Amino acid sequence: MNSSTKEHIKSIVGSENFFDSPEDKLVYSYDGTPIYKQLPEAVIFPESEEQISQVLKLANTEKFNVVPRGAGTGLSGGSIPVENSVVIVLTRWNKILELDTSNLTASVQPGVVTGILQKEVEKIGLFYPPDPGSLNVCTIGGNVANNAGGLRGLKYGVTKNYVLGVEMILPNGELIVTGGKNMKDVAGFNLRDFIVGSEGTLGIITKILLKLIPKPVQSITLLAYFNKLTDSAQAVSDIIAAHIVPSMMEFLDHTTINCVEDYTRIGLPRTAEALLLIEVDGRGSIVQEDAETIRKILTKNKAAEVKIAEIESDALLLKTARRSAFSALARKMPTTILEDATVPRSELPLMIEKILYASKKYDVIFGNFGHAGDGNLHPTCLTDDRNQKEIEKAHKAFEYIFEEAIKLGGTITGEHGTGLAKKQFLEKVAGSTGVDLMKKIKLAIDENNILNPGKIFSISPKCEGSLPKRREQIKDFNA
Amino acid sequence: MHKEISRKELLKILPHDDILQQCMHCGLCLATCPTYDITKLERSSPRGRIFMIKSVARGEMELSESFSEEMNFCLDCQACETACPAGVKYGRMVEAARVVADEAGFGSKMEIALKRFALRRIVASRKALKLFSWFLKIYQKSGLQKIIQKTGILKLISKNLFEIETLSPVISEKFSDTQIKEIEMPEGEVKYKTAFHFGCLMNTMFADINLDTIDVLKKCGCKIITPKDQVCCGSLMGHNGDMKFALELARKNIDAFDKHDYDFLISNSAGCGAFMKDYAHLLEDDPEYAEKAKKFSSKIKDITEFLSEEKPDLNLASLNENIKVTYHDACHLVHAQKIANQPRNIIKSLPGVEYIELEEASWCCGSAGIYNVVRYNDALIQLERKMKNISNTGAEIVLTGNPGCMGQIKHGVKKFNVNVEVIHPITLMKRMLQLKQAD
Repeated sequence: MNSSTKEHIKSIVGSENFFDSPEDKLVYSYDGTPIYKQLPEAVIFPESEEQISQVLKLANTEKFNVVPRGAGTGLSGGSIPVENSVVIVLTRWNKILELDTSNLTASVQPGVVTGILQKEVEKIGLFYPPDPGSLNVCTIGGNVANNAGGLRGLKYGVTKNYVLGVEMILPNGELIVTGGKNMKDVAGFNLRDFIVGSEGTLGIITKILLKLIPKPVQSITLLAYFNKLTDSAQAVSDIIAAHIVPSMMEFLDHTTINCVEDYTRIGLPRTAEALLLIEVDGRGSIVQEDAETIRKILTKNKAAEVKIAEIESDALLLKTARRSAFSALARKMPTTILEDATVPRSELPLMIEKILYASKKYDVIFGNFGHAGDGNLHPTCLTDDRNQKEIEKAHKAFEYIFEEAIKLGGTITGEHGTGLAKKQFLEKVAGSTGVDLMKKIKLAIDENNILNPGKIFSISPKCEGSLPKRREQIKDFNA
Repeated sequence: MHKEISRKELLKILPHDDILQQCMHCGLCLATCPTYDITKLERSSPRGRIFMIKSVARGEMELSESFSEEMNFCLDCQACETACPAGVKYGRMVEAARVVADEAGFGSKMEIALKRFALRRIVASRKALKLFSWFLKIYQKSGLQKIIQKTGILKLISKNLFEIETLSPVISEKFSDTQIKEIEMPEGEVKYKTAFHFGCLMNTMFADINLDTIDVLKKCGCKIITPKDQVCCGSLMGHNGDMKFALELARKNIDAFDKHDYDFLISNSAGCGAFMKDYAHLLEDDPEYAEKAKKFSSKIKDITEFLSEEKPDLNLASLNENIKVTYHDACHLVHAQKIANQPRNIIKSLPGVEYIELEEASWCCGSAGIYNVVRYNDALIQLERKMKNISNTGAEIVLTGNPGCMGQIKHGVKKFNVNVEVIHPITLMKRMLQLKQAD
């Protein structure tokens, strides 16, 4: 990028919002995804829709790429810079604009932190359910862009179920407003839902209207330990077959239990092979009855112990412990490659067996945990990205896992997005016609392919330049 | 060429690549970082700083002024360590990075000189600290302080200097080490054999807290050994890039206490306790001291930790009316020593006390060692936030277990006009003890 282009961008956003020192470029070269990184040309913090619009227009004429970014906790590389790119950071757009208690909606800027929004709406008896593991850090804008899920997905759904409206600046610099406070609206194509999960490739989201629901009155949290992994998976299938929909049904394997215990010291049993963390919520005696039925099913499936959290703070402690699982696994090995292969929940026991087999066959260590209730697993490979051979082994194991998941009617990613990390597998699950259609849509909206190019799929001939490199492709450092 | 070699040597101070590699940049630390909260810039976050340190250590990025600035902008409160599920030792990384940046000639020369001189020559030497404190006391007592404050002479010289001057705590009437006997015995039978580290600031500026501690410990049935040849714990030097000097002090302390027979070494200062617990790690490669340090560190107990675990029966009286009390977590207790429940349990168990939990109790108050002196304005942002939260509780008393926090929050009381008394938990207990004895 030449210096006159940089000067032009600086004049649009103001020099106080423009950063291009080596330090600033470095700290926006990564997000939460392991291995991938690439330096941007500059990082900007625009202050208005108008500034974003002007930068995008300039990108089309001056031929540079633009990569939107929230808190940078993504796990598929969606916010990692590409070649010749400017990163637009939206963390300072963090105002809750309106809480409408008559229509039960919240209007927010994209940089609002998910956990903060949840606390605010809960103060007035309302509830915003989507709760990705990084909820204390991640932003609503990033959640919408990735259609983020979380622990409560099984009963309450994911981000897309709560997005009523989106305002977005298109790659050509124009602003579109989609959706609104209407609970029913079938005027034209449903552009709003189309934007959700587009991973920052179709526009830059500047405002979001969210649906809120009344906060559940009661909840009961159960904790069960198993000496056999497959017993826990069977218990999950049995609970769903008994027509109970818990608000949370989380699973942790032996390795994960131990790493989480190392961090939290809350007394998880270190010898257990698997753990299920289950929460039922609602109102009245049903909650109690459901909890009792679940307890019986757990015992029938040879749970070594079933505990019920006595007080709310204990339940919170357990949920917080579960949310730390991914990062806690890094205690064992420095690089944790987390995937989120997802299968129809009836296939869960079989999928777990496939992962265990992959671990043996390719000689890699896995920590497994995930949202057992909705079939969304997080097989996490524990490795070291400084060792190329180990990384190759891990990739082979994941290739096998993805293929098996697809054979079981599953998908390559349940909630993290395709981004960079899984784009090579997209065609296997979406088909070549599907991917072709996606590319056509992308080019219809972003004719010069300037917005987050190379994410989800590559458009040929490649116009996005070289993509972020994996560590083993980068010239080795002097270790 | 010569410079290159020395640079390479310098980088060896940074932690080994295996330790730096432990951060998997998930970003869970961001929400707990006071400096990231101000700027919302990744470079002011723990994750960003670790990435910068890693790149410098690997020779992928040059040291620079902005590298130095970010390392010193950090409060080193270690809230990120509490938030980090992967157990990354951030504090050690950033402290090492400060040394590297200082030695390479980056950063404010004034700041570095202040750190070196004040900490080595004054704080670490009991004689010099006492002398300095005497001057400060005469200055405060003689009315000169009032005149200077009123006339605003310091304001004319520098606004910051004036602010820092008001930050200096009132010097105690008598220093505690002259009043505490080398061996103090309880009235009844000896239930615990303890030793006591009286600290530097606690000894000169908060001497009463040390005396209160001794009184409460005696009431618990403790025999208390307070070796006269003990020295400063070295934490301020260690955290500010002078580890070599800090370790000299550590060895002196180990020698001073090693001669005595005790089971618990009590500290009432969070910063000292945390650092002395760390001696074991810091001296693990010292063939002569490794074992001794391990033994020394294993006996360190914060006073609230000791009381909460041993549960001695103190039979305290409730103060006249129901008092509203809140508690501020010192970073070096909650983050460095993971002591959060123990002080709360004790406070809640006190008779006639209504405990109100402080919002963001474990958020740094801005004191952060000598941060509030060298970076007064940055510290003020954190202090304002803290005082707002304290004010919202409606408490009459805010308790906290570290002299740095006490000084800073007392400054906040004046600066933001908040009607609250700032004391150490042990002082509140002493008051209840006195009342009982008066009965």
